[in-house]
Amino acid sequence: MSDTVEYVNQSVAPPHPLKEFWFYFKENKGAVVGLYYIVIVILVAIFANFIAPHGPFEQYRDAILKPPAWMDGGIWTYPLGTDDVGRDILSRLIYGARLSLFVGVIVVTISLAAGILLGITSGYIGGYYETAIMRMMDIMLAMPALLLAMAIVTILGPSLRNAILAIAIVILPHYVRLTRASVLSEKTKDYVTASTVSGAGTFRLMFIVILPNCMAPLIVQATLGFSTAILDAAALGFLGLGAQPPTPEWGAMLANALQFIQRAWWMVTFPGLAILLTVLAFNLAGDGLRDALDPKLKR
Amino acid sequence: MIRFLFRRIAMIIPAFIGVTLLTFALIHLIPGDPVELMAGERGIDPVRHARLMAQLGLDKPLPIQYLNYITGVMRGDLGKSLVTKQPVLKEFLTLFPATLELSLFALTFAITVGLPMGVLAGVKRGTFLDHSVMGLSLTGYSMPIFWWGLQLILFFSVYLGWTPVSGRISALFWIEPDTGFMLIDALRSEEKGTWISALRHLILPSLVLGTIPLAVIARMTRSSMLEVLQEDYVRTARAKGLAPWRVIMIHALRNATIPVITVIGLQTGVLLAGAILTESIFAWPGIGKWILESIHRRDYPAIQGGVLIISSLIILVNLGVDVLYGIVNPRIRHTR
Amino acid sequence: MSYRKGLVALCAALLFLSFGTSAYAATCVYCSEGSPEGFNPSLYTSGTTFDACRAVYDRLVLFEYGTTDTIPGLAESWNVSSDGKTYTFNLRKGVKFHTKKDFKPTRDFNADDVLYSFNRQFDPNHPYHKVSGGSYEYFTSMSMDKLIKSIEKKGDYTVVFNLNRPEAPFVANMAMEFASILSGEYADAMMAKGTPEKVDLDPVGTGPFVLVQYQKDAVIRYKANPDYWRGKAKIDQLVFSITPDASVRYAKLKAGECHLMPYPYPADLAMMEKDANINLMQQEGLNVGYLAFNTAKKPYDNVKVRQALNMAINKQAIIDAVFQGAGKIAKNPLPPTIWSYNDKVEDYPYDPAAAKKLLAEAGLAGGFETDIWAMPVQRPYNPNARRMAEVIQADWAKVGVKAKIVTYEWGEYLRRSMSGEHETVLLGWTGDNGDPDNFLAVLLGCDAVGSSNRAQWCYKPFDDLIQKAKITTDVTERTRLYEEAQVVFKEQAPWVTTAHSIVFIPAAKNVSGYKVDPFGNHEFYHVEMK
Repeated sequence: MSDTVEYVNQSVAPPHPLKEFWFYFKENKGAVVGLYYIVIVILVAIFANFIAPHGPFEQYRDAILKPPAWMDGGIWTYPLGTDDVGRDILSRLIYGARLSLFVGVIVVTISLAAGILLGITSGYIGGYYETAIMRMMDIMLAMPALLLAMAIVTILGPSLRNAILAIAIVILPHYVRLTRASVLSEKTKDYVTASTVSGAGTFRLMFIVILPNCMAPLIVQATLGFSTAILDAAALGFLGLGAQPPTPEWGAMLANALQFIQRAWWMVTFPGLAILLTVLAFNLAGDGLRDALDPKLKR
Repeated sequence: MIRFLFRRIAMIIPAFIGVTLLTFALIHLIPGDPVELMAGERGIDPVRHARLMAQLGLDKPLPIQYLNYITGVMRGDLGKSLVTKQPVLKEFLTLFPATLELSLFALTFAITVGLPMGVLAGVKRGTFLDHSVMGLSLTGYSMPIFWWGLQLILFFSVYLGWTPVSGRISALFWIEPDTGFMLIDALRSEEKGTWISALRHLILPSLVLGTIPLAVIARMTRSSMLEVLQEDYVRTARAKGLAPWRVIMIHALRNATIPVITVIGLQTGVLLAGAILTESIFAWPGIGKWILESIHRRDYPAIQGGVLIISSLIILVNLGVDVLYGIVNPRIRHTR
Repeated sequence: MSYRKGLVALCAALLFLSFGTSAYAATCVYCSEGSPEGFNPSLYTSGTTFDACRAVYDRLVLFEYGTTDTIPGLAESWNVSSDGKTYTFNLRKGVKFHTKKDFKPTRDFNADDVLYSFNRQFDPNHPYHKVSGGSYEYFTSMSMDKLIKSIEKKGDYTVVFNLNRPEAPFVANMAMEFASILSGEYADAMMAKGTPEKVDLDPVGTGPFVLVQYQKDAVIRYKANPDYWRGKAKIDQLVFSITPDASVRYAKLKAGECHLMPYPYPADLAMMEKDANINLMQQEGLNVGYLAFNTAKKPYDNVKVRQALNMAINKQAIIDAVFQGAGKIAKNPLPPTIWSYNDKVEDYPYDPAAAKKLLAEAGLAGGFETDIWAMPVQRPYNPNARRMAEVIQADWAKVGVKAKIVTYEWGEYLRRSMSGEHETVLLGWTGDNGDPDNFLAVLLGCDAVGSSNRAQWCYKPFDDLIQKAKITTDVTERTRLYEEAQVVFKEQAPWVTTAHSIVFIPAAKNVSGYKVDPFGNHEFYHVEMK
């Protein structure tokens, strides 16, 4: 193995960054598995209409609480069984993938964008502005995230949209801190000084000169942010504060299924498994990403 | 060192004030008020509503209410619960031992299992053992714990019947809550089997609450172990011909645990948030459940007091970790 | 418990064990759903608190176990003056209050205790009036403060209530939780000690059980009152094991960790029924769920529209989808367990064609747009309002009525629907005292418009009937009036009466003597462990 590495290092032209990245990323088998799983989930979410055997809201009144197909009384029309009003669990899980990815994407986009903005400005501008922002973030971090999210959702009213907003707010401090820390370490480097001397404007310095060099840890954090977002949305759904029925969101499905836990375990087990596996996949991929992007661990 | 300490302590004062302000603002933004909720379907006429709100001191302008509250807090008075009419601090203190006992148990479980797992994985890097430990811990890290708790109850309590379903001790035992820590109170009781019963009730909840900290600790231990094993002094120790386990246990582990201590400190917040979910599932009479219920009932003083104490605890533990870290690692003291 | 006493108890327990009978035989563990707010029922409104208090206190009048009929309690008998404004209660002699660690009663129950219990709530200048928050929700909401003129003691064992106007449900009110009798002597002792709020936390009553220990969110322990005036309870200990989650309660029942549980999930009922170790008891609850039309708004001022929308709803589908068998179609605004329930009333049939015709007659052949308000919380009379709204929405769509489902936070929902912001609203009611007046006047009377009359419905012929029944003391005459009122109600259709829930209580097989209470209360005096 080490031979190949040396060979790559000695090649005349440096490899394309993406290629290099993939080379390190694929070293981590778990990360690759996670990535494949994510790709599959994305495909399933996009093509849910074609893949799902039934509609997510369609109620088959003659097939209420059918067990999974391989059990006594189950039929292959409903591979993972049906719920209390005769909806196909598999189809709801498939459509639910859309919502979970949607939650992840929106939460990460909002918190990443806001986090970068606040982090980079406070790191670059400094002074009272920085102190004010960072104290605010400290205060938010001092409260348990779930509690803060619960309070926000209770104020705004329980719905998927508000749950997304609440989670985005709650995880914001992590992005702000991370961005600021990287900006602080980059700010003093020579290339920044050079740009300053050659007359680059503040905006240019912040977002075009410095930001790209801070991206690596942010990308890793964002990937892991997906898993946090999906988990937190499910927890809020479980407490009745997230997506409202009949939305096929996994956490909300789980909350609704709770009363069937002893009668129909499949209503509880499968949405939970879907959450677990998806979150796990994002964490695996995030791990691989970190290893591949962290120069210290290369070699 | 003293300056470092003072600077850290000075930094937490605005944090305290910020937390009180934030919770105060948040809970008064929540729609609905306690009087309305108490009246329910029968309804309440506006005159009586106003009178009851005045009785609860909720009719004054918010800044005045906040000022009254904060002066109370300074004197150690967190107000009275609107529902039970009991002092908030008293309610908190009667329920807190349950949460503390559960959290300590969960943390002990996480450390005793997580640390050796991490060490093993680090030492046997790249082996099957390493991969399984890492896979398991990442799974634990990804666990929706409310679901995990229910699955465990279903399997161990309902299906196998090995563990009790919920609560802190069998309802048939007669325990005087002198300390509030069930294991201690049970030891002092004269009945037979109380202690075992209390212990059995702790198993599943600690397992569930400890899952995420366990995963974090195992992963942290492994990576810090890997780093330490590459250091020169470890190589020197090896070169001297010391037994491998001696090198690992004495030279490497001691230094590898420094970052792990930080991580353990940071788990306080995770544990307290996890307690909200775990306590709801296992009917554990602690503060997590209490705060959840207070939110539903719009019991303002209880929510406020509870969040304030919990946040203060998290801030203090973080401070403690910071200081400890500063003592262990002098470099930190001088950077900001 | 002193060490020696404990040792004796331990030996006794071992002795029992060695003879092969279980020492726990006389303990009944009830998995309750939450913590009580306190131990004085006049201060609170939640059923959870009432259950915890019921074991400790008695009232002047009691409900016969498992029914809504009143029987003598701490009052041996009572009589009403001919104008219906004076109620004289003759008190029972020789009733003992509980003995507690720091309180030993020196006298039996007498008129002073009755005066203390009521004057505390009635008289704003009573030294105890402001203790523990001082809001007596039920006393006020049953209008007792306006109804009572004065309370007089006529000798140690006679108390007279003078009313401002005749009120037939008064006796039933005396059987409600807020009318529980507390010890006046204990109150005086605690006041003298400077700890008056202790009265509401560590209760002293005359009831079948003595509170021994309460640990918030964990457990409430009672032991049988040996001197109880109706005879000592058949169980020695009563334990409330507080377990908020219904599936966990069920799991505990299966594991033998508790003997009785309230509020099972409807989904688990089928399995409980099959379980040989569980005895599933049931009774119709004293409640009604309804959809109220806002009769102050167009087009609901038109009785034909209201009738049409009644006919457009398939109630059986609601029962199946929302109650899963734990409910029963409602046709009257009164639940069937209450006296004067008119079984002869015919409900509107499910008939979309007839509904369309009626709408056409009302000039709305093309249908119209409206809203359905759905509650954000679970209530006994409606476990899933959102789903119910979905079913109604689908049914109305078939007759051309497009409805939007609206919901608010619970407090706001109640307030907005009181002031009539809705067009149609889902809500319900659980009876307080088993009197028809408590449903018909409170929910549909003209006085209640703008508050608990969500239909904003004031209809003279109906209101006359119920007002007359309120001041009549003769039960047969009252029954006739209420039966007629129900006919008027159905014809005018201010509501769609949706369902009465069925209350289920699963119990371990060795529990006997328990009866499901129509009020939804839980009472353990008659329970026996086999």
